Amino acid sequence: MDIQGQLIALQTICVKEIRRFTRIWIQTLVPPAISVILYFVIFGQLIGGRIGNMGGYPYIQYIVPGLIMMSVITNAYSNVVSSFFGTKFQRSIEELLVSPTSNTVIILGFVTGGVARGLSVGVIVTALSLFFAKLTIHNIWVTMTIVFLTSVLFSLGGLINAIYATKFDDISIVPTFVLTPLTYLGGVFYSIDLLPTFWAVVSRGNPIVYMVSGFRYGILGVSDVGLAASYAMILFFIAGLYTWAWVLIHKGIGIRS
Amino acid sequence: MEVALSIKNLTKKYEGGVVALNGISLEVLEGDFMALLGPNGAGKSTAIGIICSLINKTAGKVTVFSHDIDTDFPSAKQNIGIVPQEFNFNQFEKVEDILIQQAGYFGIKLKTATARTEKYLKLLGIWDKRNVQSRMLSGGMKRRLMIARALVHEPKLLILDEPTAGVDIELRRSMWDFLLDLNNKGTTIILTTHYLEEAERMCRTIAIIDNGDIIENTSKRDLLAKLDQETFVLDLDSDVEKLPDLPGCRVRKIDPRTLEFDILRGRTLNELFDGLTRQGIKVKSMRNKSNRLEELFVALVKKQNHHNPSKNNEK
Repeated sequence: MDIQGQLIALQTICVKEIRRFTRIWIQTLVPPAISVILYFVIFGQLIGGRIGNMGGYPYIQYIVPGLIMMSVITNAYSNVVSSFFGTKFQRSIEELLVSPTSNTVIILGFVTGGVARGLSVGVIVTALSLFFAKLTIHNIWVTMTIVFLTSVLFSLGGLINAIYATKFDDISIVPTFVLTPLTYLGGVFYSIDLLPTFWAVVSRGNPIVYMVSGFRYGILGVSDVGLAASYAMILFFIAGLYTWAWVLIHKGIGIRS
Repeated sequence: MEVALSIKNLTKKYEGGVVALNGISLEVLEGDFMALLGPNGAGKSTAIGIICSLINKTAGKVTVFSHDIDTDFPSAKQNIGIVPQEFNFNQFEKVEDILIQQAGYFGIKLKTATARTEKYLKLLGIWDKRNVQSRMLSGGMKRRLMIARALVHEPKLLILDEPTAGVDIELRRSMWDFLLDLNNKGTTIILTTHYLEEAERMCRTIAIIDNGDIIENTSKRDLLAKLDQETFVLDLDSDVEKLPDLPGCRVRKIDPRTLEFDILRGRTLNELFDGLTRQGIKVKSMRNKSNRLEELFVALVKKQNHHNPSKNNEK
């Protein structure tokens, strides 16, 4: 199949994936909106008012980038993990496997679905944040590239999780026991500079710190880690996860007997 | 004539050591209508899965219209349409969308995909269900949907893995007509089925696979010529007390007006009727006791299992 054919296949997967999460918007787009409203009310207004400033900004304004990023991360991941595992479970993945669609196109198609949902939720959460805090954009390009690359990264993570998953439990273990703790400890609600030295150093081993920090820099102009380190860490993980996903699909692990 | 499918020394060994395919080799010529027969667990679906890239092979080579499925897989896949045994479409997608998406995976533009979707849904009689979620279809409609989906990229080789399983006789016959018409128009077809009447009626070539080995691969005519005997059931005009004595035939009485005759190879029906007429027995009607291919299939598989009892126990 030529490049034009591969592009048509990519478009087909993208449209299917975007239609999937928009068709079930009550399950995919509304819950993160409700969650983030609760975060804003409880952590931002009720508790945040007693905390005062953080990083030179009112606490509620400081946590906005973290909450947006947390929503993007969890939704990009969960979109791909549930969609791809669903196609495995129903065996409709075989429709793709018998076709000449390349492995790269399969990965890009599912990742696009994850990115689309992650960014859609990001926009919704950002819009909701306007009711609670003032939104300033320090650097639009940094903001856009960090959020885009982060959603790519976690979409790839969701894809790998789904490839290995053999039952529904397997697609909730990683989000529950790995992703959520790393996100909460990734500087969403605090600056890692507040931590004791030992834990601040340990936190720098958490890749989500680099994403939240980079995004916070784009919005507020303050960051726990350097911007170059944020980009390097995200791009490193994207390259690694993409290669991992490609090898898995190429070898048919989890999808072929 | 071009070779549509070539399989050489195809081996599949699953984790745990079960050998599903034991180095089979097979060729299907363009335009052929081949039946791939075998008992459950013989290796039919494994072979089909490998051809269609759904199962990784352990060893061997497969080419589809001279395109290697390993080194030239896009071209090989373009030429194959597969109708699997199990339903494998998204149960929540609409019928029409399933076909359009499948066409998209084959790089077909939306306009063409839409036109072909209409064409094949109409040909298979489920056009009026195009906006229905696939899970709402009956079993027969789901089978037809899978055939339409397999054809939407207009492959030169169509592989059907038990397409009429669980389908009522009326629908089965309409599917037979559809497949015969498709074959007459040039599509090479490989069919696996447990309905041997289906294979005998439609196929020109028969391959029998058992315990991972091809035990027979020849034309239907040559295969049927191997029958040692055929069994006929005769309904008589009146009761018979004593079994007729006919050379070259074995006779059994089912009831006083029904006799069963095994006619050995080399004997003709004329001889049977001449003998019956001489003994004053009148025949009202006659039918084959069972499908001829079925008898042969059972005999061949029995023979194979007799020669390799240990392999049969591995399953």
